[in-house]
Amino acid sequence: MDAENCFHCGNEILKKDEIVFDEKKFCCNGCKTVYEIFSQNDLTCYYDFQAAPGATPQDIQGKYDFLDNEEIVTKLLEFQERTTHIVSLYIPHIHCSSCIWILENLQKLQPGINASQVNFPEKKVRITFNPEQTSLKDIVYLLSSIGYEPYISLENFDEGKKKIDRTLIYKIGVAFFCFGNIMLLSFPEYFEVEEYWIDQYRGFFRWLIFGLSLPTFIYSASGYYVSAWKSMKSGLLNIDIPIALGIVVMFVRSTVDIVFDYGQGFFDSMAGLIFFMLLGKLFQKKTYDFLSFERDYKSYFPIAITKVLPNGDEESVQVYDIQKGDRLLIRNQELIPVDGILISEKASIDYSFVTGEAVPIEKKSGDKVFAGGKQMGKVIEMEVLFSVSQSYLTQLWSNDVFQKRVEQQHKNITDRISRYFTPALLALAIVSFIYWIFIDVTTAFNVFTAILIVACPCALALTAPFTLGNVLRILGKRKLYLKNALVVEQLAKVDTIVFDKTGTITTNKKTAITYEGTELNSSELRLLKNVLRGSNHPLSRRLYDFIPNQEKVETSSFEEIIGKGIFAEIEGNTIKLGSSQFLKTMTENTHKKTKVHVEINGVYKGSYVFNNQYRKGLEELFADLAKHYNLVVLSGDNDGEKRILEKMLPSKTTLVFNQKPEQKLQYIEQLQKEGKNVMMVGDGLNDAGALAQSNLGLSISENVNVFSPACDGILDATQFDKIAFFMQYSKNAMKTIYMSFGLSLLYNVVGLSYAVTGALDPIVAAIIMPLSTITIVSFVTILTNLYAGKK
Amino acid sequence: MSVIYLLISISIIVAIAFLIAFIKAVKSGQYDDDYTPSVRMLFDDEIVKKENPNKLIQTEKQKSI
Repeated sequence: MDAENCFHCGNEILKKDEIVFDEKKFCCNGCKTVYEIFSQNDLTCYYDFQAAPGATPQDIQGKYDFLDNEEIVTKLLEFQERTTHIVSLYIPHIHCSSCIWILENLQKLQPGINASQVNFPEKKVRITFNPEQTSLKDIVYLLSSIGYEPYISLENFDEGKKKIDRTLIYKIGVAFFCFGNIMLLSFPEYFEVEEYWIDQYRGFFRWLIFGLSLPTFIYSASGYYVSAWKSMKSGLLNIDIPIALGIVVMFVRSTVDIVFDYGQGFFDSMAGLIFFMLLGKLFQKKTYDFLSFERDYKSYFPIAITKVLPNGDEESVQVYDIQKGDRLLIRNQELIPVDGILISEKASIDYSFVTGEAVPIEKKSGDKVFAGGKQMGKVIEMEVLFSVSQSYLTQLWSNDVFQKRVEQQHKNITDRISRYFTPALLALAIVSFIYWIFIDVTTAFNVFTAILIVACPCALALTAPFTLGNVLRILGKRKLYLKNALVVEQLAKVDTIVFDKTGTITTNKKTAITYEGTELNSSELRLLKNVLRGSNHPLSRRLYDFIPNQEKVETSSFEEIIGKGIFAEIEGNTIKLGSSQFLKTMTENTHKKTKVHVEINGVYKGSYVFNNQYRKGLEELFADLAKHYNLVVLSGDNDGEKRILEKMLPSKTTLVFNQKPEQKLQYIEQLQKEGKNVMMVGDGLNDAGALAQSNLGLSISENVNVFSPACDGILDATQFDKIAFFMQYSKNAMKTIYMSFGLSLLYNVVGLSYAVTGALDPIVAAIIMPLSTITIVSFVTILTNLYAGKK
Repeated sequence: MSVIYLLISISIIVAIAFLIAFIKAVKSGQYDDDYTPSVRMLFDDEIVKKENPNKLIQTEKQKSI
């Protein structure tokens, strides 16, 4: 245990807040309380599995009142009977084995809970409870009080039971069963022991093998026939055509072989081939179950909201039931679900979901408030203007981009190769057939089928899934989560990168303010705070919030010189605040740091430093990227920071300001019309349109678990400076694929040389096929890891 | 020698039984979460401390600020 860090949550302890309890140090009361709960219930094992696993419980007073509403609860429950209810809750904080342990021991904390089971990859806990002893609301409060606040949104409300598709696993199971048994039964013939008993039982063995191959041929491989048929109908030659052809030919030829007693056939190779290819499919199917890439406004909005009835009573209503004219109560940290007019005197609304701007906006009574804002501070009341579906933010989602959800017109790399491979293969088969037909008709048929069998592009088809699957995993470990393997290919093709400004290249977090210079005493601080009260400059507002509360004093004179600073007289003291030129001090204003200098009664005191809010490594990243890509910065803000950005970023970077969400979308569209392959990097909901329109939308997120708009990939904000590496890595991945394509073609050539000469033994096929698979798989695995290590 | 028919039939039947068991296991959702069970099985070894809960409450009184 680190003495400086909280025993419960691992955060650094500020000396003044430190709480010592049971010889352990905690950063705040919340963490201490959780520890208390656990220790009183004999659950301190929680801290044994992982050091400092917890989270500080948040204040949730009243937030889950809607769980009193029967109708809503019913919708959330998975299973409902008189004495048994089952609910699955999504808990973003689940991250280690301690979490699993504590959540599976919930029954020790609250009577009425019968069992709870964690699904770690999905970050969900499934709780079985008795509604007569406890309620969903109590459970949610319990979870919140121990720092595991569940995340309940409108999305949970709408989604029915998700059907899990397990066909691939069944197919693999069946294929493996057949493959294994066929292999065992084939062994005697591989060694061609010309013994009496082999001769006698040959027929039995062969027909048994035939029977065993049927499930693989009919069921496991069915996906390939469907896909091949579809691609033939649409006139595209994808890789599944030679695969399906190979499988069918193998089956027919082998059947003919055993019927006429020509040989043992290629059933073993066929079953193995199908098994390996399905395995490749499974490998590529890496999913991040706890992340959702298709988020729309539903996942942001709360399920229910408090409505104030005309007689003053409060009631929880579903968000969809809100009508024009309703009065709503919005609590601290609650999201405003609809557009409306503020009734309460004052509100401070954080629109960071919508705009990415973290500084809350002050609203007064009668002002319009928009859906998507988050109230910070006191409870406010508002009157509804539009229903959910008509609000501005939700309207944005009715844009076409979200409707069509692009039917992948993108062709993957394997299909592009197979466009040449398939015709070449067919041509070769036909040419050799014609050549042999003049010599010997039987051999001609043998050669024709042998070519199709041996060239069945198993290794070729496996290359891309294994490489890309591996790349997905490696990127996932580095906190770049991509939706699927196709995104890696697209990443490698990007030539233009568009960045959003606020929240993407700048951080969302409030920037720290530090003071440098002679310490100010309390009376000086009081004067400073009072002077700042009069100023509306953003820096003044932030500094005002930063200085602790002071007694109010009126300023006797106050003058604000725009762009320079403030000159004020207060209680007979003269105070000068502002830029270095204004105060004529020596310290220069660098573009990295914004400073507000303080001078009291003509004596220079020091300066408040507003630390750079641009993300770490931004300059290096842009300098790096500028070598290979066109860079654009799109900003919804005015061009106030233009000069700073111009200085920081490479000169080639295009800077565009004052862009509304729709304009961002159009800008991307325009670039695409010029033939560019655009990657959009954004964060807030205001980028959602642009992210969907771009060829590849990458969303930057401070908290990967909760908020990100629909996109192709989610990048943890701490990894922002690694974007250049990711881009390079995706290119290397493609290079790996090409190399291994070469390798697998080599195998094909070797196999074909046997085939065209009419000398393909089943045993040769049975050796070449797995050998090529193993080579390819190990080759790409080694190479992708090698590239990942090299930075 | 016809015992080979019997033996192979038995072996295939056993294999089919395993295949069915596998399919059933998948169907019941055992393969949906392949991480949590691996952690869960380690919890059974926890040592349940039979400590007197009074002790903890005492410390709370002494140490809380």
